[in-house]
Amino acid sequence: MLRALTVLLLFQLVGEILSRVLDIPIPGPVIGMLLLLLMLLRRGHVSAALTATAQTLLGYLALLFVPAGVGVMAHFALLQDEWLAILLILVGSTIITLLATACTMRLLLTLMRR
Amino acid sequence: MIGNVRETWLALTQSPLLWLLLTLLVYQGAELLYRRTRSLPLLNPVLVSIVAIVALLLATGTPYSVYFDGAQFIHFLLGPATVALAIPLYTHFARLKQMLIPLAGALLVGSTAAILSAVALGKLLGVSSLTLLSLTPKSITTPIAMGVSEQVGGQPSLTAVFVILTGIVGAMLAKELLELVGIRESSIRGFAIGLSAHGIGTARAFQIDEEAGAFSGLALGLNGALTALLVPLLVRLLGLR
Repeated sequence: MLRALTVLLLFQLVGEILSRVLDIPIPGPVIGMLLLLLMLLRRGHVSAALTATAQTLLGYLALLFVPAGVGVMAHFALLQDEWLAILLILVGSTIITLLATACTMRLLLTLMRR
Repeated sequence: MIGNVRETWLALTQSPLLWLLLTLLVYQGAELLYRRTRSLPLLNPVLVSIVAIVALLLATGTPYSVYFDGAQFIHFLLGPATVALAIPLYTHFARLKQMLIPLAGALLVGSTAAILSAVALGKLLGVSSLTLLSLTPKSITTPIAMGVSEQVGGQPSLTAVFVILTGIVGAMLAKELLELVGIRESSIRGFAIGLSAHGIGTARAFQIDEEAGAFSGLALGLNGALTALLVPLLVRLLGLR
């Protein structure tokens, strides 16, 4: 657990450094994720401790968004008189995005199976 | 005695312990409620927790900075949790590799649809141009989205609100919507959720199963990068600035 957490934080740190030094708009943790994936693919196996720690953390992923979400909702006044239009746009656009992505993937998977 | 109670309360509201504990309690309550109602989409635990905590902060006159002193310990774990997405990705890598073309196609279509549908609906409903520009990166993870928003002349803090709301909407709708059109494969569900609704969607995908979570994490990363490239390009092509 402690070692696994150290590994995750280490990859995050390397990601943060690369993000800054190379000045790319991708956040450090996302770069860290890619680097860890590359390392796992090179090594060809993942330790039980790392798997267990990842499962625990990802099992609570929803909780981890609450503090930032609370901060954002404190900005709710920014929406002012456009809030209804914005809500409609977000719901509509999310439905379209979900369907466009899922249907394209389904179509291409079916075509490739032939 | 009364003075003592008031002093204790005042000290507690200023300490990280109270708001950290409260976040944990509220979230567990919200999860219980969600399970009891058999996953009623409207009672998404992230949404319920946020609304309950905002109400508590308003009722007690607590500024967000005081709340965040406690809640930051939870917030901090988002970093290592994002890195940890590499593990389910690795576990499912053999399947990912077989699906390279369908994934690339879905990414391109989905990413474009996310941006263009927001612009089209925004024009249709006649929102201000600042709102419209701030809406364009709404489907991607907050730090990338805020950077993109600033780059195209939107307002980053407004974008942050849109990103969180999009995540919640996606997490609420995705499973039922995709079931409605007959899509049950975890890989497709996960990829569509992560692409449309970034991290909050990915949290929802992990509640479906680990495979959905892995594909969602992949989509979150890929769409974050692609949207950062596409938004400035499309904004210029459509003459939105």
